[in-house]
This record gives sequence, structure tokens and C-alpha cells, in this order.
Amino acid sequence: MATLKDKIAQLFPEATFAEGEMLEINIPDAQLHSLAQTLHDDPELAFDFLVTIVGMDWKDKMGCIYYLTSTTHNTNIAVKVTTDDREKPMLHSVSDIWRIAEFFEREVYDFFGIIFIGNKDMRRLFLSIDWNGYPLRKDYDTNPELNPVSTESERQSDGTDMYIENAEGKVEKKHRNIFEKEDFVVNIGPQHPATHGVLRFRTAVDGETIKKIDVYMGYIHRGVEKLCEDLQYPQTLHFMDRLDYFSAHNYHHGLCLCIEKAAGIEVPARAQYIRVIMDELSRIASHCLFLGTFCMDLGATTMLFYTLRVREQILDIMDKTCGARMTFNYDVIGGVMADLDPDFVKDVKELLAVLPKNLKEYDTLFTGNVITKGRMEGVGVLSREDAINWAVTGPSGRASGWACDVRKTHPYSIYSQIDFEEAVATEGDSMARFKCRIKEIEESARIIEQLIDKIPEGDICAKVPKVLKLPVGHWWQLVEGCRGAFGVYIESDGSTKPYRLKIAPPCLPLAAVVDHITTGNKIADLITIGGSLDYIVPDMDR
Amino acid sequence: MYLSIFNFSVVTEWLHNLLASFMAPWLVTTVECVLVGVGLLLAYALLALFYIYYERKLCAFIQCRLGPNRVGPMGVLQSFADMFKILIKELISLRHTDKFLFALAPYLVIIASMLSFAVLPWGKGLQIIDFNIGIFFLIAVSSIGVLGILLAGWSSNNKFTLIGAMRSGAQMVSYELSIGLSVLTMVAYAGTMSVTEICEAQSECWFIFSGHIPALIALVIYLIAGTAETNRGPFDLPEAESELTAGYHTEYSGIHFGFYYLAEYLNLFVVSGVATLLFFGGWMPLHVPGWEGFNDIMDYIPSIVWFLGKTFVVSAIIIWFKWTFPRLRIDQLLTLEWKYLLPINLFNLVLMVLVIIYGFHGPVVQVN
Repeated sequence: MATLKDKIAQLFPEATFAEGEMLEINIPDAQLHSLAQTLHDDPELAFDFLVTIVGMDWKDKMGCIYYLTSTTHNTNIAVKVTTDDREKPMLHSVSDIWRIAEFFEREVYDFFGIIFIGNKDMRRLFLSIDWNGYPLRKDYDTNPELNPVSTESERQSDGTDMYIENAEGKVEKKHRNIFEKEDFVVNIGPQHPATHGVLRFRTAVDGETIKKIDVYMGYIHRGVEKLCEDLQYPQTLHFMDRLDYFSAHNYHHGLCLCIEKAAGIEVPARAQYIRVIMDELSRIASHCLFLGTFCMDLGATTMLFYTLRVREQILDIMDKTCGARMTFNYDVIGGVMADLDPDFVKDVKELLAVLPKNLKEYDTLFTGNVITKGRMEGVGVLSREDAINWAVTGPSGRASGWACDVRKTHPYSIYSQIDFEEAVATEGDSMARFKCRIKEIEESARIIEQLIDKIPEGDICAKVPKVLKLPVGHWWQLVEGCRGAFGVYIESDGSTKPYRLKIAPPCLPLAAVVDHITTGNKIADLITIGGSLDYIVPDMDR
Repeated sequence: MYLSIFNFSVVTEWLHNLLASFMAPWLVTTVECVLVGVGLLLAYALLALFYIYYERKLCAFIQCRLGPNRVGPMGVLQSFADMFKILIKELISLRHTDKFLFALAPYLVIIASMLSFAVLPWGKGLQIIDFNIGIFFLIAVSSIGVLGILLAGWSSNNKFTLIGAMRSGAQMVSYELSIGLSVLTMVAYAGTMSVTEICEAQSECWFIFSGHIPALIALVIYLIAGTAETNRGPFDLPEAESELTAGYHTEYSGIHFGFYYLAEYLNLFVVSGVATLLFFGGWMPLHVPGWEGFNDIMDYIPSIVWFLGKTFVVSAIIIWFKWTFPRLRIDQLLTLEWKYLLPINLFNLVLMVLVIIYGFHGPVVQVN
């Protein structure tokens, strides 16, 4: 960390540094772009993975924190940039360096009104275009009369603004059309059987061939981050079930880890084992659902019923212990909410016994099929560089040859003691994404097999004060959800409520990358690619 | 040689004579036409309802489910309930559509499937139209259906329906070639286009057994092309649910939608029926040359049971396809037809001609 610091200090004398969980660089906006370029390009630094951009309002100033990871050196760094202007805050865009930044910056613009100079698309990402105010600013007016519920159709725009800095350093606003005038644009979504939720692809097609896709999000935006700012820490947990509802346990785990880290709470071993087993069970259930719905998207309906049988078995196990089948709300700060059901070990062993047989059946029914191969092999190829550039994590990123499993790169809980393999493929096509998930089911089963007989006796939850206050500061935690790296950022002002709680979902990049890998393919391939990326809309919209 | 008690022409002749005994000839024709029309409509509707039930039960079996089991014993009345539901549903009229063509399209589809339905050989003497170019007529009228689908897609003024219609146009025009050529192969083998004569020609041995390899190839191609022709999975691109919501019939509601639904099931029946006719002897019982006792026992099963039974089995195979395979993509679909099926088919036709010329085939009864 010291050499890193020295190197950057030498190149950028204006930068100041703070040490926390990772090195944090404060940089003036004017230097941001060249710093970002250096961080990305220098082979000794090689911070090629932009995990997220956290927009912040510190009342006296506003700004962003960029969380970066180097995939070659496995090092982390945070870059902080601020602006004093509250009227029309502007920062420089890094979207030409990390492609995914285009979407992250739009999100920051949507919530904080910070304009990014050089970003080609400065539309709101989630809220409707007529929304008044920027909700995550601390001076935001929540008066419902400002933003009444309209019964009119939402106003749409085919254009977007972009802000460019000219030679004299003045910022100019330019209007740009998203589609050409003669484009034949088909709306796929928001109500569509294959978008897996209310997501909308505005698709320009030439016959059956796709020319361009504009991803339109926000139909299920619930303002989770805003809501969390008014709730106490234990209360914020409930929202984690409702983001990616198939990795509810994993997301709970992530937020709990972040709060526990901040409060210095030691989680009992039994709770850690239970949490990991639950995470892996969710992963199996989630991937089973993926196999089923993905095959259904391709027209093979029968597979859904075969995979749901396994998922059903897992949900029954969860039901017995957590009392729910979807929104479990099981992990709490300091441990888990209730002890395991007496039948738990027996049920899980039954599941593990039938799993290999079922996986073999899926393979016979679907994977070897000649039509399946034709539909999936070579369709939607995402290269390793693009996967990193677009921050596509999880099984989809691993199918492109990027070993990005958080359980391996930044082990949390007891994962460092467990022996399991990371499912990595090199093809990067839909078939690889499909197979990676099948492999992950096998690996998850292996993890559970190692743990199920060794669950230690003891407490299920640490002693946690009734009213939990976090010290002043900020914390960042990554965990591996079922669809990729799930990040939580908490900033505390010392009270019982988070000053800012930022959720970095894995599904936003998954949807953002669709345009990049679908252009030039057929309409039917959009369904294949979308299905194989396996995004969950409530997760990206929050 | 076939038992006369099962010869349905006895009934029709008796009815004709009865009517002629007290009516003027023109009136007899009119009454007979009406009777046939009513019979046809009734059979059409009942068969469609049966097929809906049949597919649901089969699909449920494949998917480890029970299928409909609430309305009536074993759920047999479920499709009746569905039919009444669809009959009382509102026909939603849309703005910005071509009203006339929009209303016309479902009728074209249903007329096409009804006309081809009329040529099928139900049993000995039980046939609505029987003339010397029966098969040719069948291929001709079944092509009208694509017109209805194209019109539906165009007149709905909707992007999904338009893409669905374009797909279906490309698909049906292509696969008609394969259907035509595989049928031609069998017609060449039978030496006649008359439906009755094709059935009679198989009285000693079904074509699938006597025709050797070319008949087998023709059957496989026919089944693939027939599945494509009926827009069923894995060739259900025109209405690919996960891509185009419901394809060309997205905008239809109530009984207009019901017409497409019925026509789809009836086309399945027609395609299986023609397969039965060309390869499995039509209404002809299973006869093995030389086994006189066995053949006599088989003759005791009524011909209509033979025909329906064989058709249902062929349909079951096509239904099995749908619930096993994922959907093809449009370019793969056209590649399959133009690069594989068509050349194989042409080659197969030559092969069949050679088989006929050198007499390599089994017994074929020439009627004339």
C-alpha cells in the first residue's frame, strides 16, 4: 500500500491520502480523469475493475467515491472527488475508461444531480424524466405535491443531453438522439414474458437483426437507499430480501458483515456456519430457477418443472428453519435469527443425495440437444476484457474467463477454510454461462457437504445492543450473491441510522452490457443473452 | 375383402335413397350439403376440444404433473369450459387497425384448416370429398392458412405481430416445399392422388413397411415439415411467446383468438391424418401378408377407429417434440429447410423412383 501511495503521490502532488480499509485518494476534479487513466493503464496499478461509484452529499460539499479493484494484483483502492457547487455540480466523467461508469454516473446524476462532463448519456437512470429534485441530496424536499402521482402516460424522450468541455475549458450542452430517424424501434418490455420483470429494451431492428438496444430501467425503483436513511440499522436489513429475492440470504449476509465490521461485533462460529450453508443453499435454488426459466425462454418449457422440483425441496428446508419461502429475513446483526430446525441436517443430506441425479437428467434433457447448442454456442460472446470493463461479475463474468468470485478474491466469513473450486470457463458465450451455473451448483453442494456435519454447537447470535450506534466513519463490504459481487457502503455520522447506505448490485452491469453483446444478433438472441445473463430487475432498480 | 358392415357408404347411400324418394333432386343435394356441413362443423369443434385436452394431459405427463383434473371426471370437461369462456369474451376492437382485414384473417385460417379437414379419409366410405386429385387439393387449400396469418400480422398494426407474420410467411412458404416433396414421393409410390385409392393400395401392407428406406426418409421429413407447417414447437417462431409475446395473434381476443387456437389444433390433426394416410394405411387395418387369421381379426376393428387411433399416435409424437425441444432461431429454421431437408427430399424422390422402377418394394395393390 505504501508503494502505491508513493507512486501516486509522485505523479499527482495535489492528491491527499487517507488510510482505512483500503487506500483512499482525494483528488481535485480537474485531475480526476488523468488519475483514473493512470490507475487503469499503468501495469503496476492496473485497476481495471470499477466496482461502483458511490454518490455522496456531505452537506457542505458533494462528490463521489470510486471503488476500484485490480484483477491482476487483487488490490483495492478508493478515489474520492468532491465539488463545492450545489447549484450545478459538475465532475469529469470516467466513462471512456471504464464503460460501466456510464451507467454508474447516470445513477449518481439521478440521485444527486451531479453532471458528468463527457458522459455521452446524461438521462436519469431510474426516476421519470419529469421528476423534481434529486432524492438522495440531504436538502431534498419530500413534499408529495412536488412530485404528484400522475395518471397521464409518462413523458418519453428519444434524445439525451451530453456535456462536453470545449478547448477553452467551457462546458457546453449538446443534444443527441438515441435512435436514428428511420430506425424501426420495437419495445421489448416493460411487460414482456422474457425480460424477467419490468425491464424495458427499446430495440432498433433491421428485419430480425438488432441494430441497437436502449436499456430503460426504473419501473420497479423503490428508493431503498433513500428509505434506509430514515431507518435504524436492524431495520435496513429487511430491504435486502427484496432486492435480488433469490439471493436474499447472501444479501443479508453482506449488509450484516458490513454493520458487524463497523460495530466490531464478533459473530459466533455456529452462526457463521449456518450463514454459509444458507448462502450456498440459496445459490443452488437460484441457479436451479435460472436453468428452468432460461430453458423456458428458449421454448423448452418442460425443463422448468424438472428444475423447480429441486428448488422446491430447498424452499421447504428454508421454510422449516426461517419460516418463509421467499423473504427469509434470517440473518440478523450478530448472527442469525433462529436456530436450525431439528430436521435440517437430515433434509439437507436428502437434497445432496438427489442433486447429482437431477443434474445428470438436466444434461440429458437439455444441454446435449442439437437445437440447444445451435441457440447457445457462440451467441452473445463477452470477452474477458469486456466483462471486466463492464463490471460483469458472478457466473456471467466467470464464463468469460474472469475469476471474480468474491469468496475467493476477498474471502469473508469461513470461506477461506473451505475447499471448493471456482467455476471458470473461457468461451464467454451463453452456453458457457449456462454451464458455469451448473458447475456452481456442484461446487455449492460440495461446500455444504463439508460443513453440514461440522456445524459447531454454541450461540446463534452475538450480544448486540438493543439500540445500535455505529461510530463515525465509512465501511465497504463485498459478498458473492447468486448473480455476482454485491457491495454495501455504509457511511455513519454516529447515530442509530445510516447517513448513507449505498447498495452496489450485480444486476445493473448485467443489464447494461446487453446492448454491447447483442448488437448484430437476432431478436431471438436477445432473449437467449438476457436469459443467460440472468439479471433480476428489482436488484438493479432497487 | 373388407367387412361390409363397416362400410359407411351403405349408410350414406341409404340416406341418399331415402331423401330422393320424396324430394326433388335439387332439394336432396341442398339437404345433403347442409347435413355434411353441420357434421363437419360438429366434428371439427369436438375434435379440437378433444385435442386441447389430449395435449394438456400428454404435456402434463411429460412434465410430471397431473394436468386438468377439476372439471368433470379426469378433467374431461375442462376444454368445454374453456370454450364457453372464450365464446363469452369480448371482442376488443382496436383503433388504427385495418378493420376489414383484421376481421377476415381468422376466418381464412379456419377455412383453410376446415377444407383440408374435409379430404381426410375417416373410414371406408366415410369421406366428405373424394376425387381423383384429393392430395393435390389438400396441399392447395392448406396453403390458404398462411394468408390469414400474414393478414393478421399486417392488419393489427403492431410491431410484434408484423415480425411474427414475417417469420411465419418465410417459414410456411419454405416448409410447404418439403411437405409437397415428401407427399409427392409417396404419391409417386402409390401411383395415384386419390385419397381412397391410396388407402386401398395399402390393403396388404402399409407404405411405411412396403416402401423401405425412401418411405422412412419421407416420413421423417414429413413429420419435421408438418410440425413447422402447424407452427408448433420447436418451430413456433411466429408466436414465440418469450420473444414476440404472442406473435401474429397478439391483438386478437375472444373467439377470434379462439379460431387461431382451434385451427392450430386442427392443423395438428390434419397433418397427423395425412401422415396416417400416406404412411400408415389411412383407415386400413394392420395387415401382414400371409397371416390370414391375424388379418381377419384386425378387420373386425372398425375403420374409423383405425384412422383416429393412428392419427392420435402420430399427433402424440408431434406433441412430444414440442414439450422436449427448445425453439429454433429464424436463420437456423431456414437453414434446416433449404440446406438439409430440400436436397435430401429431392434425392429421396429419385431414390423412390428407382425403387418403383426396379420393383424393390413390398406389395402395393393397384386399384385400377
